Amino acid sequence: MKATSPNEAVIFFAGDSGDGIQLTGGQFSETVEIFGNDISTFPNFPAEIRAPKGTLFGVSGFQLKLGSVKVFTPGDQYDVLVAMNAAALKTNLHQLKKGGVIIANTSGFDKKNLTLAKYENGTNPLEDHSLDNYDVHDFDVTKMTQDALVDTGMDRKEIERCKNMFVLGFVYWMFNQDLKYTINFLTDKFKSKPELADANIKVLKAGHNFADTSETFTSRFSIKPAQLPKGHYRNVNGNQAVALALVAASKKSGLGLFYGSYPITPASNILHQLSRYKNYGVKTYQAEDEIAAICSAIGASFAGNLGATASSGPGIALKGEAMGLAMILELPLVIVNVQRGGPSTGLPTKTEQADLLQALYGRNGEAPLPVFAPATPKDCFKITFMACKIALEHMTPVMILTDGYIANGSEPWQYPESKDLAEIKPPLIKERQSDDHFLPYQRDKNLVRKWAIPGIAGLEHRIGGLEKEIDTGNVSYDPDNHEQMIKIRAEKVEKVAEVFPDQTYEQGSEKSKLLVIGWGSTYGAIESAIISLKEDGHDIAHVHLRMIHPLPSNLGEILRHFEQIIVPEMNNGQLVMVLRNKFLLPIKSVTKIKGVPFTVQEIKEAILNQLRHG
Amino acid sequence: MDKVADPKSYTAKDFASDQEVRWCPGCGDYSILNQVKKILPEIGVARENIVFISGIGCSSRFPYYTETYGMHSIHGRATAIASGLKAANPKLDVWIITGDGDALSIGGNHLIHLLRRNFNVNILLFNNEIYGLTKGQYSPTSPIGKISASTPQGSLDYPFNPLMLALGAEGTFVARSIDTNPTHLRETLLQAHNHHGASFVEIYQNCNVFNDGCFAPFSDKGIKEDHVVMLEEGKPLVFGADLNKGVTLDGFKPKIIELSNGHTPEECWIHDPTDRIKATILTQFFEYSAEPGALPRPFGLFYQEERYSYEDHMEDQLKQADDKNGAGDLDALLSGPNPWQVA
Repeated sequence: MKATSPNEAVIFFAGDSGDGIQLTGGQFSETVEIFGNDISTFPNFPAEIRAPKGTLFGVSGFQLKLGSVKVFTPGDQYDVLVAMNAAALKTNLHQLKKGGVIIANTSGFDKKNLTLAKYENGTNPLEDHSLDNYDVHDFDVTKMTQDALVDTGMDRKEIERCKNMFVLGFVYWMFNQDLKYTINFLTDKFKSKPELADANIKVLKAGHNFADTSETFTSRFSIKPAQLPKGHYRNVNGNQAVALALVAASKKSGLGLFYGSYPITPASNILHQLSRYKNYGVKTYQAEDEIAAICSAIGASFAGNLGATASSGPGIALKGEAMGLAMILELPLVIVNVQRGGPSTGLPTKTEQADLLQALYGRNGEAPLPVFAPATPKDCFKITFMACKIALEHMTPVMILTDGYIANGSEPWQYPESKDLAEIKPPLIKERQSDDHFLPYQRDKNLVRKWAIPGIAGLEHRIGGLEKEIDTGNVSYDPDNHEQMIKIRAEKVEKVAEVFPDQTYEQGSEKSKLLVIGWGSTYGAIESAIISLKEDGHDIAHVHLRMIHPLPSNLGEILRHFEQIIVPEMNNGQLVMVLRNKFLLPIKSVTKIKGVPFTVQEIKEAILNQLRHG
Repeated sequence: MDKVADPKSYTAKDFASDQEVRWCPGCGDYSILNQVKKILPEIGVARENIVFISGIGCSSRFPYYTETYGMHSIHGRATAIASGLKAANPKLDVWIITGDGDALSIGGNHLIHLLRRNFNVNILLFNNEIYGLTKGQYSPTSPIGKISASTPQGSLDYPFNPLMLALGAEGTFVARSIDTNPTHLRETLLQAHNHHGASFVEIYQNCNVFNDGCFAPFSDKGIKEDHVVMLEEGKPLVFGADLNKGVTLDGFKPKIIELSNGHTPEECWIHDPTDRIKATILTQFFEYSAEPGALPRPFGLFYQEERYSYEDHMEDQLKQADDKNGAGDLDALLSGPNPWQVA
């Protein structure tokens, strides 16, 4: 037996949508995290809930990189590919490293599966020597699962559902991992049906034992724990982190959280999660459509709640008019856009960053609002919390752009203690302060108006979507007043840059040869590429924007240090347009619009290409 | 602004804002605004707890004119905004001011969903069968063939019957009134306010600029007597100048009988606003009334039922979650169920 101890490894679980691939991947992730590895995951599944079994388009995948070193991305290529059927192998083999490990369930390679996976004349790749350059472990998972459960009296269908545990047990052995975490998970999950817990645990152990005793097995991974900073950790994905930040902001501001939403992939999980936090005073409202979702949140904000909504591209398009209303009302509101492939319905389960210009400009009239972009799953907490604070303290709607990649991808998160989170102090007026008429649009030095919520005697006032007179908020058609109000509202948003942390370098410095500017989920690929190039002697700087409107105050100064700047983004060149326009610099664009994230290799090549050709 | 008043001592004047009312002279909206301001002192709600939410249209300027909290929002969305407002703070007394275009065309979806959810709010739909603010296009309640700015040869749309729509959307309080009958309007508004649940009041409102006289058969003396039947609980459906006509039911079909012909009011249909089937038939008097000698148009409360409101259910669920799990602890939430320590 050969045991390898690399710094990191990438495993990809693939099978039918109904094979429990996401659960298997999730369990493996959490087990290795608790063991101490750093990880990054990327679930990738079809838009269809249960696509026809065995088909190429029905393959669901879960990618995970684990390391004893810091892990930034789920990896470009796999070390291990778990293929529950022929289609899973066919669609993913091209990303397996030469000599990589294939774990295949032979019962998923019968004639029917081979035909569905479009293997010519039904040739079985497990038998035709086409995989000779790989380390193939094929065995009948289905049959061994049945054998393990023969005495339980469970029916075929129930037994079939346990087979992912066999594979998981097998993989645990391969990676030297303990079964304990998953055994506890299963015991808890099937609390009311202990016979199902027993069956799953039995199969999990059977898979583990099979790997241990199987003579054919030659490679085993032994990845040491990573040197993560001391502290308390948990696993978190981007959507979870957004939901947690909304609750945290509600608690730190002392305001109720109202979340109005309409189901849409990949944002729906935020609604699912928040709906379970009722004992935190969270009110979730599944509205009749996207427009009602944001409007209900505006109504709740008017009532003095932290109003929030989330959607994805097409849903955000529908919310545009109401965002303009919230903007002119100057009410706090948090809008999360979990971006996906567009235009229109586009690629619902795939990732993209093509809604940036929509976020910046997608409203009628002059309607700027702060736009934020978390870089990683755990960053979703920090940035969302900060965005909530700015919305509440600056009386403005804000938009947060995440995407399908970081929304579903997960990593270890050193979570904060509530006492260490910043206080949030919205400009609420608790009672009438003078006998004078209350002026709802009078402003402080940050141009922020006061927030008087219904229920306070003497502060009765009316707000609306019509242009307002300065200070009084009365309807005004005065031309000079309109121009002034447009500028005041814009300046109020610009002033957010004054409270937002200055832009820093992720890598490199002003002396570096070239600057890469990124935003959102491209963070991991850019970091990995630059670290790898550093090992080859290249000094490259990385700046990653967390706030795109207004841009950080010191960004212009940073940019002036560089002759070569590139902006990789998963769209047709949107941030680059904004930066060129603002700074009049010849910034180069690197784009990828394929529904999947940049690989590290792609970013490296883009940088080297720029260095070579200028 | 005057001093903060005790609800009991309010008068209509306490509800007038400092804004100049800018509807066209002679508009039916003035009458509705006046009646609303008159009943507000009677409902016993402190002024600061009252919120008027409107969408877009002539009627939607309403919130500017009341000294309460208010929002003039965007076209069709008052119902959606009011839903969130009421869910966030169930103690507020929420009034939605909308028109036939705002509520039934661009905002139709939100209206039906608010009704089925039964938020405890009051919806006043000012129906003038025309788009006024956009200068005279036909609306979803305009009769078929309506000549308007956008339909020179007559509109092709079959109109909505707003009350039938409200009943179909599971509305729990469905009523009709008219701007020219202030007494009836006040009574209806009070009833609507006192109903726990979504109160839907269609108010016929004359647009004297773009659709003058469209409700004349129901408002003009000497004509209306034959075209209007007032609905009162437990009372027979009688109408006519000398109350000489009545309505009976022949199976499910309403019929007019002459009371002078030996028929008595006791033979007539006795109004029961808790009878959903009959309420449905009443809303359909609409369909017949274009024909001469047709059924009269009913005014008053068509239907009312008690049903738990959305925000009550929501508060219950929050309380249940609290009782079951205890008040949420933020640190427990942040750590999640499976944290680990790196030493």
